[in-house]
Amino acid sequence: MSSAADSVNAGRSVSQKRVSRPGQSSTKHYYFGAALVLLGLVLLIFVAPNLIDETRAFRLNKPPDPVQFEFKPPTFVGLAGAFYILVGFLTVLRDRLGSWTRFAAIAGVAFMPLLILAMALGRSDLSGTNVVNLLVSSLFLATPIALGSMTGLWSERVGIINIGIEGTMLGAAGIAYMTYALVGDGAERWALWLSVLVAILVGGLFALLLAVLSIRFGINQIIAGVVINLLALGLTGFLRSQVIVKSGVGTGVATPSFGIPLLSKIPVIGDQLFVGQPINFAMYLVVFLTWLVMFKTPWGLRVRACGEDPHAAETVGINVIRTRYMSVVLGGFIAGLAGAWFSLESSARFEDNMTNAAGFIALAAMIFGKWTPWGAFAGALLFGYADALQTRLQFLKVDIAGFEIPSEFWQMLPFAITILVVAGLVGRATPPAAEGKPFQASQ
Amino acid sequence: MTTPVLEVRNIRKTFPGVVANDAVDFTLMKGEIHCLLGENGAGKSTLMNIVFGLYQPDNGTIEVDGEEVSFENSRDAIAAGIGMVHQHFQLIPVFTVAENVILGSETTKGKLLDLDAARSIILDLGKRYGLHVDPDAKVGDLSVGEQQRVELIKALYREADILILDEPTAVLTPGEVDDFFEVVQSLVQQGKSIIFITHKLREVLAVADKITVMRSGTVVGTAEPSTSTQQSLANLMVGHDVTLQVDKTPAEPGETALVVSHLQVSDTRGLPAVAGIDLEVRAGEIFGIAGVQGNGQRELVEALAGMHKIDGGRVQMLGVDVTSMSPRQISELGVAHIPEDREKHGVVGEYPIYDNLVLNRYFKAPFVKRGVRQMGAIRAEAERLIQMFDVRTPSMDTLTSSLSGGNRQKTIIARELSQDPKLMLVAQPTRGLDVGSIQFIHEQIIALRDSGVAVLLVSAELDEIMSLSDRVGVMYQGKMVGVVEAAGATRETLGILMAGGTIDEARTDGSEHRGSSR
Repeated sequence: MSSAADSVNAGRSVSQKRVSRPGQSSTKHYYFGAALVLLGLVLLIFVAPNLIDETRAFRLNKPPDPVQFEFKPPTFVGLAGAFYILVGFLTVLRDRLGSWTRFAAIAGVAFMPLLILAMALGRSDLSGTNVVNLLVSSLFLATPIALGSMTGLWSERVGIINIGIEGTMLGAAGIAYMTYALVGDGAERWALWLSVLVAILVGGLFALLLAVLSIRFGINQIIAGVVINLLALGLTGFLRSQVIVKSGVGTGVATPSFGIPLLSKIPVIGDQLFVGQPINFAMYLVVFLTWLVMFKTPWGLRVRACGEDPHAAETVGINVIRTRYMSVVLGGFIAGLAGAWFSLESSARFEDNMTNAAGFIALAAMIFGKWTPWGAFAGALLFGYADALQTRLQFLKVDIAGFEIPSEFWQMLPFAITILVVAGLVGRATPPAAEGKPFQASQ
Repeated sequence: MTTPVLEVRNIRKTFPGVVANDAVDFTLMKGEIHCLLGENGAGKSTLMNIVFGLYQPDNGTIEVDGEEVSFENSRDAIAAGIGMVHQHFQLIPVFTVAENVILGSETTKGKLLDLDAARSIILDLGKRYGLHVDPDAKVGDLSVGEQQRVELIKALYREADILILDEPTAVLTPGEVDDFFEVVQSLVQQGKSIIFITHKLREVLAVADKITVMRSGTVVGTAEPSTSTQQSLANLMVGHDVTLQVDKTPAEPGETALVVSHLQVSDTRGLPAVAGIDLEVRAGEIFGIAGVQGNGQRELVEALAGMHKIDGGRVQMLGVDVTSMSPRQISELGVAHIPEDREKHGVVGEYPIYDNLVLNRYFKAPFVKRGVRQMGAIRAEAERLIQMFDVRTPSMDTLTSSLSGGNRQKTIIARELSQDPKLMLVAQPTRGLDVGSIQFIHEQIIALRDSGVAVLLVSAELDEIMSLSDRVGVMYQGKMVGVVEAAGATRETLGILMAGGTIDEARTDGSEHRGSSR
């Protein structure tokens, strides 16, 4: 017995290098490549022949006389099918061809939004659709999701699970609109900005409640989040019926559009892409600052340390409790801004449950982005696009075999994507290690 | 060498229900390696956590360089020039070495982090003290020895003059321990003073300039290494005479009880942890498995106990193929398992002791009749086992979680031995226990062997493996790199194997071995 074990290991060198385990070569790209080939075949054989063979167009601006790209849907989708088959094979052969095939796969995925639109045009009687406008409304609809996912990041990266984003947004939206309705009868510009400020502060307050419940009292963070969601739903419903309705200000004036100097003067697309509302533009800034502060500053490093191993953070003199309060409340301010988007920017009124699960979709976007700001932003864009697309598809009156697809189906789309995302479609993501665990300081 | 850099006087610290430190005095001289020796629970770590500002003492004073200090938190202690390397590394696996080192005292350029500056400081410190590590490596990818270097660099980066090392050698191979002692010596030569916490007597005698022994929260004595022996230190540490040597007669191996062939097991992340192991254990012998923690020992034992899915190979126990059997089926064959993780797999902490004592038999007569538990029979059996195994508890109704570690382990052993096993799987049986319990458990294991039971023993304590085993196998990266007779094995031989060396290297190189490739 022992001699067998000896001989097996003859020739090993005496080294105690890092304990790496061999043999974990991923097979994921095989499945992905195969799926792309299958998609290409389906497009080529089943989809392309069934599309209307008339000229359709992607427009860059409004008629009359738009700048546009014309194509015939069967040709377009057929070429796309061939493209996906090629990309699929490249992906399967990645090990032999090198990692540049990754870019082909990325291009393939990035092309899908346009492909879906081309197929829809191929089943519609309309001759074209404005793609820049679709992009703009995707970005606009992504605003609360991107902001909400930044809230999630600031909370979860410091170690506190936040499923109360939804309630935080809703509470901020409701109380901000109530402020707007009560102060200056909603007519004054300063009342609007005051209300946005109130929304931000209310967001911070809700987050503070989450922080107190989960940091001070150490209660289960999921339950603390649920409490916040229920509290916000009940509170805003009450305030709407008792205060907002009675004030008589059912609708107000939304935050004004403005154009960004110079950029908005770019021909064809400038007045679409660079004219917009303030919270929408602020979103880009929030995402950038979140990335900058969280990953490039000492305080951000400490925040992440508290979410990974609070005891380790404590031993280098970091005040974990204070850092957690600050980071969670900072996230709350961002959710408050997202709340203001609902009741003061997207529409200037307040309805019960008007956030409609955007807070939960924000969490899905955060997971999609693997707990990184830019990844979460990409996730938010995906959901924003799904949302914008469903409106656009309703407008195009897409019919399949004489049966017009009901709008409820399209409205389901963002949620279906959420399930796929959370189920790990994007690969396994690792949350911060200390997330959800109460921490008690040594004494 | 004569000025005190740290003086601790009359420290008292209580936690609810426990006096962790009482009237503790401790003096550290400049340039000294001062060993703080004591059993688990003697109050060493509490004292050091007070010195490091993590705990606040109820009473007493601390002086650094002759000036009285009062630490609110570890930041204050760090500012006073104290650094601590904790027993469980306080490192963040997903951060790089540089990020871990600067965390809390960051290098900055304007308001942003300056990782370039951190890199060059780390490389400088590495050159100066012989602590080489790549600043951009992720800490989670480093070996335990490298992680320890990162911890030292962390303390040195904060300009610590007093270094507290809490059980620093527990996780190292014998070869790495030698390297580590060299680093410690070079630190002292450059003017640092070191407090070295340990319970390993051999190491104390090897490196200490001065020894302070703690027991039950108080200092029970100081000693000079030149005039001490392992025996005298052990007696001081425990408070009465102890036998360090395990008495045993030569083994009389009988039939083969356990055959493992080409076993393959994955860890919880799906990576191969046991990569094709062959071994045999015969009745009446103890087969010890040595190795640095994390080389697949845990997965091996769990797979044998039926708790872990087996990816490949076969396991035969007592003549039966158990490869795809459940833990209960295996247990019913007459296989006892003393698991590595007592709290998680050994006892149900929230059950009273009597329930834990019948946890392997509660579903059988006489403990159950027609689906109803027979409390009389259960309590009688519990009473018997508590007597027999000397479990110290106020009553059998006490919650198991409130027992001391040693008594919890005795509870597990009592239960597992109650069904007269033919084969025992024993993992880390004495980790964290006091000397008295260790002695008791060692005697039990030897007695079982003598009665003809086959024992597979896994332990991270090389001394335990060497004193109990009849044959020793060494695991490295999921493989059995060598099997030797315990009688002829030396620490050096096993050390080479534990670091991944071969039997041949161990034989030729055994006398003046250096365990690693640096």
